[in-house]
Amino acid sequence: MPRIPLGWLAEHVDLPAGTTAEQLAADLVRVGLEEEALHPAAVTGPLVVGRVVERTPEPQKNGKTINWCRVDVGAHNEVAEDGSLRPRGIVCGAHNFDAGDLVVVALPGAVLPGPFPIASRKTYGHVSDGMICSTRELGLGDDHDGILVLSPADVVAEPGDDARELLGLGEEVLEINVTPDRGYCFSMRGVAREYGHATGASFRDPGLETDEDATPAAGGFPVELDDDAPVHGVPGCDRFVAQVVRGVRASAPSPAWMQRRLTQAGMRPISLAVDVTNYVMLDLGQPLHAYDLTQVAGPVVVRRARAGERLTTLDDVTRELDPEDLLITDSPAGAGRAGRVLGLAGVMGGAGSEVSEATTDLLLEGAHFDPVSVARTARRHRIASEAARRFERGVDPRLARVAVRRAAQLLVEHGGGTVEPALTDVDQTAPRRTIDLDLDLPARLVGVPYAPDDVVSTLRAIGCDVEPAGDRARVVAPSWRPDLVVPVDLVEEVARLRGYDEIPSTLPSAPAGRGLTPDQVARRAVAQALADAGWVEVLSYPFVGPHQLDALGLAADDDRRRALRLVNPLSDEQPTMRTFLLPTLLETVRRNVGRGLTDLALVETGLVTTPSGHETPAPRLPGGARPSDEALERLAAAVPPQPRHVAGVLTGMRERAGWWGAGRRADHTDAVAGALLVARTVGVDLVVAAGAVAPWHPGRAAELRLPDGTVVGHAGELHPRVVAALELPARAAAFELDLDAVLGARPGEPVQAVPVSSYPPAKEDIALVVDEQVPVGELLAAVRAGAEASSAGQILEELRVFDVYTGSQVGEGRKSVAFSLRLRAADRTLTAQEAVAVREAAVEEAHRRHGAVLRS
Amino acid sequence: MSDPTPLSPLDAPGVDAAVARALEAFATAGDLDELKTARLAHAGDRSPLALANRAIGGLAPTDKAVAGRTVGAARGRVAAALAARQEALEIERDERVLVEESVDVTLPVDRVAPGARHPLELLQERIADVFVAMGWEIAEGPEVEAEWFNFDALNFGVDHPARQMQDTFFVADQEGGAESGLVLRTHTSPVQARTLLERDLPVYVACPGKTFRTDELDATHTPVFHQVEGLAVDKGLTMAHLKGTLDHFARAVFGPEARTRLRPSFFPFTEPSAEMDLWFPQKKGGAGWIEWGGCGMVNPNVLRACGVDPEVYSGFAFGMGIERTLMLRHGIADMHDMVEGDARFSLQFQAVI
Repeated sequence: MPRIPLGWLAEHVDLPAGTTAEQLAADLVRVGLEEEALHPAAVTGPLVVGRVVERTPEPQKNGKTINWCRVDVGAHNEVAEDGSLRPRGIVCGAHNFDAGDLVVVALPGAVLPGPFPIASRKTYGHVSDGMICSTRELGLGDDHDGILVLSPADVVAEPGDDARELLGLGEEVLEINVTPDRGYCFSMRGVAREYGHATGASFRDPGLETDEDATPAAGGFPVELDDDAPVHGVPGCDRFVAQVVRGVRASAPSPAWMQRRLTQAGMRPISLAVDVTNYVMLDLGQPLHAYDLTQVAGPVVVRRARAGERLTTLDDVTRELDPEDLLITDSPAGAGRAGRVLGLAGVMGGAGSEVSEATTDLLLEGAHFDPVSVARTARRHRIASEAARRFERGVDPRLARVAVRRAAQLLVEHGGGTVEPALTDVDQTAPRRTIDLDLDLPARLVGVPYAPDDVVSTLRAIGCDVEPAGDRARVVAPSWRPDLVVPVDLVEEVARLRGYDEIPSTLPSAPAGRGLTPDQVARRAVAQALADAGWVEVLSYPFVGPHQLDALGLAADDDRRRALRLVNPLSDEQPTMRTFLLPTLLETVRRNVGRGLTDLALVETGLVTTPSGHETPAPRLPGGARPSDEALERLAAAVPPQPRHVAGVLTGMRERAGWWGAGRRADHTDAVAGALLVARTVGVDLVVAAGAVAPWHPGRAAELRLPDGTVVGHAGELHPRVVAALELPARAAAFELDLDAVLGARPGEPVQAVPVSSYPPAKEDIALVVDEQVPVGELLAAVRAGAEASSAGQILEELRVFDVYTGSQVGEGRKSVAFSLRLRAADRTLTAQEAVAVREAAVEEAHRRHGAVLRS
Repeated sequence: MSDPTPLSPLDAPGVDAAVARALEAFATAGDLDELKTARLAHAGDRSPLALANRAIGGLAPTDKAVAGRTVGAARGRVAAALAARQEALEIERDERVLVEESVDVTLPVDRVAPGARHPLELLQERIADVFVAMGWEIAEGPEVEAEWFNFDALNFGVDHPARQMQDTFFVADQEGGAESGLVLRTHTSPVQARTLLERDLPVYVACPGKTFRTDELDATHTPVFHQVEGLAVDKGLTMAHLKGTLDHFARAVFGPEARTRLRPSFFPFTEPSAEMDLWFPQKKGGAGWIEWGGCGMVNPNVLRACGVDPEVYSGFAFGMGIERTLMLRHGIADMHDMVEGDARFSLQFQAVI
């Protein structure tokens, strides 16, 4: 994001002296430019200008020669024995300077970028009382050929002057965050304009066309725009300005002030030609490209790539081009017109026409490219260049010639040579759009009573041409604001410039609502019931890998392996979305156990994704218009089912040991109870039947069914192999339910209450002996069915199993199950005969279904 | 133990003496056992007064009335004294037993470990309640979402830089390519579009839920996080209504001193758009503004994509991060605690939040 050196900004707008980066940030945020970072001064402490008074080379035993120097640093000179000031003694290893040169001296106490603190130190037999700095040491560039010698042409300075200020190294830099609609703020020009809007400070636009810029130009370097495949019908390039500059020291270093500003703005100084194009881009917002003229053969043609074409870009990557890529090409002999690729238009140049050491003649390109075309090419080739960043957000189409002219001037000014009189300006830009604005719209949408006159003047302030006509106006947005397209865009400009703090606070009154939906209420109740029962709710990421499913013992063809895969998962280890909760919940359990928490009852509620495998891709539909019902149906069909599940895992003790005695280890019953609690909370009776799938223990887990037989989950002890693989405490147990399915089975009607009878109860106990293999749950169901069908009528109030016995008294392979029945009638005291009738009916049904006999 | 000389029912002084002996014996009984002995002796079937009473039947008819009165009154006094003493000794005994069976009630009572909700869930419910109280409803949508709902319907053009800035998880198609047209929703805003397509106008909904971006987990980022989205579409809604709703919401969550500030910003689905700052009195290092979320007036293109006529209706929308809200409100410094599922974290939130 753009970095704003305050001194640079002040060239275009009146910035009050003493403005800090913090103050600037506070001003800019009001108009929507947010602070991203404050970059502190690069150098702190004393950094001063020095004049070399003496330089005495001293050869050393190690073969090196060092220079023992006396440097005049004005008021910072050392105090001699006699009390007078004398130049400081400094040891320097570089040789590219001599007595009389102005240099930059870091005095003890200074901290250079690194951070590299400077202190007085003994070296090579001298006390070196500071350091003469190189460009690199100051963070101003990579030039380490020697120390930085200040050219009298560039700077006016005296020994002892503050070099931090001189070089801008003491300046804080504000980095701002520019939203995608405000591409023009990727420039000092744009930010200075916004600062003017924020504070009323006077802004001088450096990017306006002069009359000369506005006159057609031809006769320069030949350029042709030849886009035969525009994206969305928008030409890839609608403006191309080309300017030849000859005899420039293109590879010489750029002036120190320019290097400093580039460095402050976060770019690396390279050479005059490159630095000037970057500088003008940072200043005005127009990306430029400088070609070595000798490496370009006219005409330059802007066209789409052809299948199979390749280009080695400036970053030395050879790229396979896509027919949608817009290219800058030229026409060398042998290759024909547009036969050679020079670069990816607006994204990155090619290595072949790069400015080199030998370059003296330059061809400058300033063009305007279609944002969509540039964005696609940049994305396709994964190039995040400064040019692409600007073009994809929209560059001012009127800026190209201004910027090229400015760059040519700077080149000649600092590198000699001449600007060729003829310039090419192929200008096919469309006229700016007119927006028909209802002048009342800003007030209606923002809720502030802006007067029509205020609306007009505010829009003019941001550069719009406004032609009011009654209560409407015809508005033409300025060329640098391609984001202003429809009336609401202008509304935001009015609100923004007038200040969002003018907007009052008014609570709207919504129509009466229906409250939470029954499902929402039920889900809350489930979560709360589980917490009340001692379960701790956690959340886990939904990403799962095959190794997790392997650890749970899922067969290769298990349906739960049919998962949605991510194109770009965070980890290649976990590329799919969970199809049930346990894989990720068990990871969470594992983490807790690893942290020494072994008595756990963790529960999670969340969506899982269960693709059928037959989903069709979602159609690509445009925005801005309601899709047809048929298209909406296809969208719906493409989105896989995402039922909400609830799962719980128990490890260690369910009831704690304590002074009261021993505790109780969690087992399968707690898992089943957890699942039944969920269902009971929403009014659903689950049927518990034997039946396990991975990752449960085959003999200690239950299948949970809705009354209609649909299996909605499992509960019980986990498989010992799973427990071992996950290093969980032994006998860990778990449940998982399709909560949506359970909610769907909820009775639609409110519970109908049964009157509470005040007649006395009759109690009966029955002990039945059955084959050991008969599940007690089924026997219980038989007893209930029998009791409820007795001739005494519906008098069974409660039925419980109170004992299960196996042993010699009932015989090998048999078990005795004892039931207690509480009977009560709504309207009478039961007779002994009635109680007996119930008892007999229950026994009879148990016998009929399971061969049960009364225990003698 | 019977008196050798039976007491005559007509011997008034003798009867009085028997009463006196009985009262004396009751009074000196030190516990319920002694009292029982005294009762048998002085009020039992073989006691002098009982025998005297029985003897009345053998008296001459003229004497019966006198004797009856004398003995009856005497037995009444004895019975009353016995009952009073019985009650006093029972109270004494009960008090002693209560002292003897006292226990140390300060011993820990944590036989069953407590459970807890996750605070992110609790906060989402609390937020939902704030909006429900205003008459809004709570809408929901899928987490694996069609790109059209996540982007296009919300006016994110295919090539718009904003679409690239969302760090989106893309879903693979059946062949493993990237043409499924599905993403993990990057925000809760697609629920806006679903709501407008499904419901009748006007619409006032809040949508809390899980969202996804390809950020690595660190102290301030998590790839899976939660947002709450608000959407109101009605006739005549303005940014002032947006501001009023946000201020109310801020006060409901952060207390009466809270308020919000809007700053110009950009979101494809709103125009005008704003960043929303929260005045946060409990901010570390002193009260101040803290970024809380984004908001704006629903872009007419979004309304059109959902079949709503922007010439008739206007709307506002806002969204904020639940994690951030929770961190601010509860002084949570590091995202890890919220996402790792450590039971100790949830257990801090057993109380109403």
